Amino acid sequence: MAAVKKIGAYICKGCGLDDRLDCGQLETVATREGKASPCKSHDFLCSQAGVDMIAEDIKSEELTHVVIAACSRRAKTEAFNFETVAISRANLREGVIWVRPDTDEARETTQEMADDYVRMACAEAKFTTQPPGNTEDKTACRHLLVVGGGITGMTAALEAAKAGYAATIVEKSAQLGGVVGQLSKRIATTAPFTELPDNGVAAMAAEIAANDKITVHLNSTVTRTSGAPGRFAADISTESGSTVTENFGAIVQASGFKPYDMGQLSEFNPDNADVVDQMGLEALVKEANGGAIKRPSDGKEIRSVAFIQCAGQRSQKEGHLSYCSGHCCQTSIKQAMYFKQLDSDIDAVVMFTDLRTPGAGGENFYRAGQDSGVTFTKSVASEISAGDSGPKVKFDDLLLNENVEQEFDLVVLATGMVPNSGVDIEAEAAAPAEGEAADSDVVASVPVESILNLDYRQGADVPQLVHGFTDSHFICFPYETRRTGIYTAGPVRRPMDAVQAMDDAAGAAMKAIQAIENANLGRAAHPRSGDLSYPLFRKEGCTQCKRCTVECPFGAINEDEDRYPEFNEERCRRCGTCMGACPVRVISFDNYSIDTVGQALKAVDIPDEFDEKPRTLVLACENDAYPALDMAAMNRVEYSAFTRIIPVRCLGSVNTIWLTDALNSGYDGIILMGCKKGEEYQCHFVKGSEIAHIRMSKIDDTLQQLNLETERVEVYEIAITDVERAPKLINDMAETIEKIGMSPFKF
Amino acid sequence: MSNTAMVEKYRSNFLKEVAENVEEGEWVRMCMQCGVCSGSCPMGPHWEHPPQELFMMIRANKREEVLSSSSMWMCTSCYNCIARCPRELPITHIMHGLAHYAKRLGLAPKENPTNKFSQRFWDNLTKTGRVNELKLGLSLYFMNGFVEGIKTALKMKDVGMGMLKTGRMNPLEILGGHGVKDKSGFQAMLKKAQELEAARVDK
Repeated sequence: MAAVKKIGAYICKGCGLDDRLDCGQLETVATREGKASPCKSHDFLCSQAGVDMIAEDIKSEELTHVVIAACSRRAKTEAFNFETVAISRANLREGVIWVRPDTDEARETTQEMADDYVRMACAEAKFTTQPPGNTEDKTACRHLLVVGGGITGMTAALEAAKAGYAATIVEKSAQLGGVVGQLSKRIATTAPFTELPDNGVAAMAAEIAANDKITVHLNSTVTRTSGAPGRFAADISTESGSTVTENFGAIVQASGFKPYDMGQLSEFNPDNADVVDQMGLEALVKEANGGAIKRPSDGKEIRSVAFIQCAGQRSQKEGHLSYCSGHCCQTSIKQAMYFKQLDSDIDAVVMFTDLRTPGAGGENFYRAGQDSGVTFTKSVASEISAGDSGPKVKFDDLLLNENVEQEFDLVVLATGMVPNSGVDIEAEAAAPAEGEAADSDVVASVPVESILNLDYRQGADVPQLVHGFTDSHFICFPYETRRTGIYTAGPVRRPMDAVQAMDDAAGAAMKAIQAIENANLGRAAHPRSGDLSYPLFRKEGCTQCKRCTVECPFGAINEDEDRYPEFNEERCRRCGTCMGACPVRVISFDNYSIDTVGQALKAVDIPDEFDEKPRTLVLACENDAYPALDMAAMNRVEYSAFTRIIPVRCLGSVNTIWLTDALNSGYDGIILMGCKKGEEYQCHFVKGSEIAHIRMSKIDDTLQQLNLETERVEVYEIAITDVERAPKLINDMAETIEKIGMSPFKF
Repeated sequence: MSNTAMVEKYRSNFLKEVAENVEEGEWVRMCMQCGVCSGSCPMGPHWEHPPQELFMMIRANKREEVLSSSSMWMCTSCYNCIARCPRELPITHIMHGLAHYAKRLGLAPKENPTNKFSQRFWDNLTKTGRVNELKLGLSLYFMNGFVEGIKTALKMKDVGMGMLKTGRMNPLEILGGHGVKDKSGFQAMLKKAQELEAARVDK
């Protein structure tokens, strides 16, 4: 960090900016008000010549800050990438000329808009410093901890080893392999889809044993995990009680699943020895060892078998799993093929309501099952009772519209997957004192042991998303849990089959390696990948209110012995939710702080009350709302010229002081644009938008104290696709202001 | 219905029987019950059991119900179902195969018009090796009784006269009509074919 701040401003005349705006005036604003020197215009700033000009100045003038007044900060990021200086961008293209009509009447307000954006960018630059990145000599531990030795964990360890990273597998049981290890054969995934491959566990275990980068702890669990990416420490305890502590750079949690307890399905006669679940059948097949498969009750050779799909799952009944476990249809097809390949005269009936065979080979595998003579019937089984020759299934054939009762030698229930995700920390936090009524959710009501035993202030395991699965967003950020450096893979993350679990393992291992390397360089992980800033904390001002530690969506902040927040920057995702939470404003980032936004919004020229030129401040989430507004501009959707937009990292980083400052400065309206929150959330920082909405629900009091109308502040959920809606909301606010009048706080 | 209770449901005996004995019958097990065939059939609403349902009945081991059904006799060979089946089942051929198999076993519905027409067509054709249209037409008029036949004949007389005048119908055909050159050779050929088929079925 250079001692003296020196700001250079560069104004682009390209993309029609020069035709629509008085660039000379912009230069004047930057020099006089923004104190930028040098300040230059260029006809085509993002061209090689323009970029070279800036690079030259940075060197010769020893610039520390560069203001680029051109297009949106989301455009031309490769061109305007000067690593040694702090950069702020004035959005004159998407933010001004593209959203305003090219008419003589509009010219004045359009110019005012541009002037303000230049002022704001200069103000932001003044209060920004380029984060230094990792200045200490950190050598992150390049060693992965893999919790769980099933097919997912084994794959993760092998993939990590292939990439040159050491891995340690901690497996609770006495051997590697997990659930897949108990399977006789696996689902066929290659043509002709009739050859069922071996489970492959033995070969993988041998590969692991031969790999000197992989260490295996059997009969062991992780009894304590502390630290952060690059410097995790884990206690690995064996059954016998001995404990070793080792350091790891990142963690892959592949703790897998338990089959749903078929004992809960009383209508299916679970006590009948000839009613088994899919794992039960695997055991029978293994026992038969290639010979005739015999039923458990009397050892009779099985000549007819029924498979009941969706047993206790995809059902809203209490105690059932509401979701589809994804693999059971193909597993049942495979298991029916066990019988058909043994003897094509054995009757195998699969009763399904919706046959789902995901994956590239899925449909072909279904055909292979049909071709081998398995009968598929769209039926709902309602009851199993003891028949004369075997369990009697009562079912509705939905295609023939008939109620049928038929006896089979064996009935197999396709029950679902229950993730081994450890303690539900959110339920635990919300749960009433011990001894009171337990949660009705089956998954949560079963007493569980923690998987990771994290010593994080926020709980012993990673947070769960839905139904006990540990993802943080199935579509947008798979593997990413809400604990940086800890990645979950396989059925603990979402229901899946072995092929998907192996893909998952590779993905999570790669993410874990990335986390290690990021930690080494002091860079943020997803979604602000590569961000070198981290929360700076002024301890003297802290009142120990704990809001930051509680609200951090990623559990990055612990508490030290004196009850002050203890920031683990490697765990931090740089969303700024802590900064937004802090009532005394002692948390900031080098390049994003109360001042960078606060001073930018104060830099805006507020015309006096009688000018009839109101000002609306929009704080827009940089991940969804800001791109939506950029796209609106690309489509030339016009919005009010009285709008001044400032992107924020996350709505969660919005500190209420900004709103107070804005209202005090004379803004007439404020719009906060965050992401979709709640169950189907789209927030990149998971909880940021939700937290902001809660905070802003209390803003009305402040407004009333200031004797202002509550309509002046609005909070919206904006999706990236809200290209028409976002500008409309801005215009709605302009109309509202016209109705309720200007703010009285203009000086 | 009384004897169906004795039949084991959802056993694949009948599915196998169909696969072995019905033309293209091995395809029945590949049906995925999407119902596109039933939806595409122009006669669909008039079928007792549309094709996809017939296939499910075969899998549910409903032998009697399937073979005595009039359904497959409804097929007009428009090939809509074959063109549209996502699983590429030769449905039209299976329908004719099923009808043929039912007929051979004597289970086909006796009063079904398609069944009756088919029998008349066969009898007419195999006599001389050529279809005698006059005789076939008349036999169809009287298919449902004498009075019905007279009524139909009177109704159709203008058409018949027109055909006579334009030389489209030869009244002398009623006396036996034309045929193939080697009639006994043709019949010997049919006999041999029937023997071969019987041998295949008995196998």
